[in-house]
Amino acid sequence: MGMRFKNPRVEKLEESVNEAIRTKLSDEEAFKVVPFDEAAVERTGYSNYSYWRSTFRAFRKNPVAMILVCIVLAILAFTFIQPYLPNQLDSFNSNINPQTGAIFRNLEPGSKVVLEDGRDFTFIMGTNELGQDLWSRLWGATRTSLLIGVAVACIEAIIGIAAGVLWGYVRQTDIIFTELYNILDNVPSSLVLILVSYMMKPSVGTLLLAMSLTRWIGMARFIRNQIIIIRDREYNLASRCLGTGTLTIIFRNLLPYLVSVIMLRMALSIPEAIASEVFITYIGLGLPAEVPSLGNLINVGRKLMLSPTLRYQLIYPTIILSVVTISFYVVGNAFSDAADPKNHIN
Amino acid sequence: MVKYIAKRLARSIITLIIIVSIVFVLMRKMPITGYFPNYDHMSPEQIKNSLHQMGLDKPVAEQLFIFIRDVVTKGSLGISYVYRNQVPVTEVLAPKIPLSLKLGVLALLLALLIGLPLGTVMAQNKGKIVDKIGTAFIVLIQAVPAAVYFLFIQIYGTELLNLPLTFKETEARTWILPVFSLALPNISYYAMWLRRYMVDESTKDYVKLARIKGFSERRIMFRHVFRNAFVPLGQYLPTTFLNTVVGSIYIESLYSVPGMGGLLVDVVKRQDNSMVQAIVILFASVGIIGLIVGDIMMTLLDPRISFAGKKGSR
Repeated sequence: MGMRFKNPRVEKLEESVNEAIRTKLSDEEAFKVVPFDEAAVERTGYSNYSYWRSTFRAFRKNPVAMILVCIVLAILAFTFIQPYLPNQLDSFNSNINPQTGAIFRNLEPGSKVVLEDGRDFTFIMGTNELGQDLWSRLWGATRTSLLIGVAVACIEAIIGIAAGVLWGYVRQTDIIFTELYNILDNVPSSLVLILVSYMMKPSVGTLLLAMSLTRWIGMARFIRNQIIIIRDREYNLASRCLGTGTLTIIFRNLLPYLVSVIMLRMALSIPEAIASEVFITYIGLGLPAEVPSLGNLINVGRKLMLSPTLRYQLIYPTIILSVVTISFYVVGNAFSDAADPKNHIN
Repeated sequence: MVKYIAKRLARSIITLIIIVSIVFVLMRKMPITGYFPNYDHMSPEQIKNSLHQMGLDKPVAEQLFIFIRDVVTKGSLGISYVYRNQVPVTEVLAPKIPLSLKLGVLALLLALLIGLPLGTVMAQNKGKIVDKIGTAFIVLIQAVPAAVYFLFIQIYGTELLNLPLTFKETEARTWILPVFSLALPNISYYAMWLRRYMVDESTKDYVKLARIKGFSERRIMFRHVFRNAFVPLGQYLPTTFLNTVVGSIYIESLYSVPGMGGLLVDVVKRQDNSMVQAIVILFASVGIIGLIVGDIMMTLLDPRISFAGKKGSR
């Protein structure tokens, strides 16, 4: 595979060739007969090509994707840091005005108040109808939604890869999986989502189950097709003849080929899962109100959208939602471009 | 050809039966409150009697058999007990299906009408500003959940364009926003794929030959590239159907359109088991029909595709 070699001599050779091209050597010099040098031939046998290094190099050339990666990472980090920052409120508590005893209902963003415990506080994003702090609710919601997205992507990848390998490698399972695929692929996934959420208690687990139930088969089919293509290539045949175990062949020879596409599918699963959560909440089968999620916030905001003064309750969650989903979409596609070895030639 | 379609249909029917069975069996596991509008006020005796009347105390397999038999022989999909009191589901659905169908077909036509020219223009101006704006639009629509931009279309469509907020079948003005919103995901979808296929096609040898022969760029684009690039779009028809079905769930409840999608949201909230079951089965059938139509269209549009080869790939 020669991936791990990082040979400075080859790099130097490359540089000298580039230098020669740049300085435009005269024909005589360029076509000078060089005596055969066995050591030099050996050296060229090494490749300092590294798949991952080249992928990241190609990825770095896409400034938009780089910026979006930073944004996503920053948002992800902040959702976890936010509860530990000083002066944060609980996302579920209704905050009460100590002077009047009434809750801080629908306060505008940036309202300065004195809380029950006597400290000054600014509601950065205002409060909702129940007097809950929208700032902490928004970050809690982003955390939940991202968690759902990442979990769905991981479940899809793990089950999909396992099933796909089995499907492609064990011929007896082909009929079962193919028939299963024909059925599952025909069922609209949003209907499965509705049905499962309708039947089970609303919770994060229910949503994960409902979303993963149909998604894995797409990944499995893809893995299976690729495995069937490369399963009997010469190098795998050679490995098998040399007595390499099936598992080793799968993990060392087959899966590294598929990493880029698996990553792309995972990256695209995240916005889809987040959107599904919004969808199912919209229908009325989403997470309970104690669990803040972007779907919950948008659903609350949706009911208030006709009064322009309360529209902030809809706009903030949609901004975060859009930034997160667009980022994953663009980054996923940029990554799959970068991971394509065809784009590694500089 | 006929043999292929027959085979394809048979397979779809089997799939549909399996889906119906699964949905049906799962629905039997639901709490029986979903069959009674006033469950809390009924004595166990009454509940037992009503269950017997509805035939819900029979073994699940027998119930399933009766259900499928009734669908085939009487065209009945069960009886609604909660959403409407003791009214056959088909009677509830009858006025709603044509409306949803009209809305869906209009949206589909609008999507083709805008999406295809958009894709063509983007492919013609690849890398230029038009292409970049179009790509940004496509990314926005593809990545952002439909719920979000549907909401904003409703807010700003009604405020800035002064269009009505709720749907009325007899008023043409009220159709504009729902149809446009419903078409939007498919507009971006068609534009995206048509652009990609046209760009792929335009580097092929037959295009070069056409250019050498001296045909105008317009003629090459429309007579040669477009026709070849259009063929693979057939395979996206099922997704388009699904986009429309899912979109209609949002749109119809947002604009209070008395159609199927809005009905699904209503019956889910009211927990009417037999209605949920019927609508889920209907929507699943729409998805399956979309797949068949897509497959058959592909074979009709492209003579190179053999009738037996393709297996519902996406």
